[in-house]
Amino acid sequence: MKLIWIFSALFGASLCLETFVGHQVLRIMTRNEEEVKKLQLLESLEHLELDFWRNPSSPALPVDVRIPANSVQGVKSVLEACGIEYSILIEDLQVVLDKEKQDMACSQQRDRSSNLFNYGTYHTLDSIYAELDHLASEYSNLVSKLQIGESYEKRPLYVLKFSTGGSRRPAIWIDAGIHSREWVTQASAIWIAKKIASDYGKDPSITSLLDKMDVFLLAVTNPDGYVYTHTTNRMWRKTRSKNQGSRCVGVDPNRNWDAGFGGPGASSNPCSDSYHGPSANSEVEVKSVVDFIKNHGNIRAFLTLHSYSQLLMYPYGYKCTEPADYAELDALGKAAASSIRSLYGTTFTVGSICTTIYQASGGSIDWSYDYGIKYSFAFELRDTGRYGFLLPANQIIPAAEETWLGLKTIMEHVRDNSY
Amino acid sequence: DIDGVGHKYHLELVLEDVLDRDATVNCTAEVLYHLGNQNIAPDVQFTLEGELKNTDDADNIFYNRIKSLEKELVAENIPDSHGNVSPEMEPIRLLAWVASGYVIWQNSTENTKFQLAQIKRVKQVKRSDEYLEFDYMILLHEMVSQEVIPWQMTVLWRPQHGVQVTQ
Repeated sequence: MKLIWIFSALFGASLCLETFVGHQVLRIMTRNEEEVKKLQLLESLEHLELDFWRNPSSPALPVDVRIPANSVQGVKSVLEACGIEYSILIEDLQVVLDKEKQDMACSQQRDRSSNLFNYGTYHTLDSIYAELDHLASEYSNLVSKLQIGESYEKRPLYVLKFSTGGSRRPAIWIDAGIHSREWVTQASAIWIAKKIASDYGKDPSITSLLDKMDVFLLAVTNPDGYVYTHTTNRMWRKTRSKNQGSRCVGVDPNRNWDAGFGGPGASSNPCSDSYHGPSANSEVEVKSVVDFIKNHGNIRAFLTLHSYSQLLMYPYGYKCTEPADYAELDALGKAAASSIRSLYGTTFTVGSICTTIYQASGGSIDWSYDYGIKYSFAFELRDTGRYGFLLPANQIIPAAEETWLGLKTIMEHVRDNSY
Repeated sequence: DIDGVGHKYHLELVLEDVLDRDATVNCTAEVLYHLGNQNIAPDVQFTLEGELKNTDDADNIFYNRIKSLEKELVAENIPDSHGNVSPEMEPIRLLAWVASGYVIWQNSTENTKFQLAQIKRVKQVKRSDEYLEFDYMILLHEMVSQEVIPWQMTVLWRPQHGVQVTQ
């Protein structure tokens, strides 16, 4: 009974079966009934804690068994002593299990990073902000998130910076959602962010642009208003600042810039949707952008997204006279509109604000142009009134795609025309 | 410019069927904005060069569906915040679109540009005759002032009888 004695000596401490470090899986090739019987005897010795993956039954079939670390040498000695052939299927089971866990985590990570963010639907502020973080981390070599200030209700104003290096490179500014009810603009901005990040290194135009210039993107310029459109009033346009001496809330942030401030096309009534506010830059959202642009000192283009009406406009709004660079801006605008139209046939009308929609003072691109940023354009995205502000979500991506072509045309021109 | 009367505009336009982009009809129109008095709607004269599509089938389907409802129709927020309109509400939306056109005409000046922004609420009103009656609370977006103005309108309709609006 030599066999039993040896096996008894192998009585090991009960193993904690949570780890399989050092466990081996052997494949045993039995040649006859006698050998099968020996393995069945082995099987019956419970203290060995052998785990047969394939039980000994007939000489023709291999026997697979997992052997705890402590028993490995012993079992092998026995098999060798009995002349029973075996091979090692798995050297160390824990290694295999660890790799499997790693593989699973890897594919889970891939799932998460392959973007469960649905660009074709409207999102809450929190969801957009989470996606900004996600983009900054997934494309960390290119994208970083900056906070340029806080809204009236103390929400952070986040700008994504797209940069391949350098220091204070000439840069392009893009903002969206200054008017909170214009939901297609915030939605398009986040799509555009993803587009820029994922196209770098693949699209020659964007790659050459980012190799020379930076892009700053403010996806939600008016977060307080945006939240308000989700919680209370879908048609809210202004900021949510309190107005002294009035029960009406909010200032039209696109009448609050220091460009013909308080002139025609803006209201002095706090209850109006085009109320210009008590003074230029009174709105912290506007002031934060102005301060950022001034401190940066090297912004070459100022592009702002609005909806709706399908227009592509350059200054001025506060006066109906042509800007000095009228010819170049008009030609560039028309080129951009042509790019937009090339995708889905969507037509954008090009012209100055005053001649295209109405005289409106205190507007952002008037300020940026008079500040010295020649390439100042305002986009009014889809549609022309059928759904207006309530643009169906299935139009978000088409709108973003065509708008992107227009932006790219302008950005390429800026890249190739330093001033 | 017509001295002492107002401003007259001559327009050439193309009408496009929203439900069938290929169906177009040319149209010429004259619009006269009256001087001074902002409470008079502009005069409109128009000529259609062609025929509008026959909509009897769709009209009757919609009419019969509403007539056969057990309870009066009530709905809110058409489209919803995300721009969605359920298929059953689409004719309700189109009816509001037509009716709001009348309201817009009655309230337009040379310095306004109105669009129907949303139906906040619609309630069907029971009637003993053949007409369908809907009480709409709509939002009109005025482009120049950027105001969104609530407006109440009562709309009467039956197939082949056009739309009647009382504000």
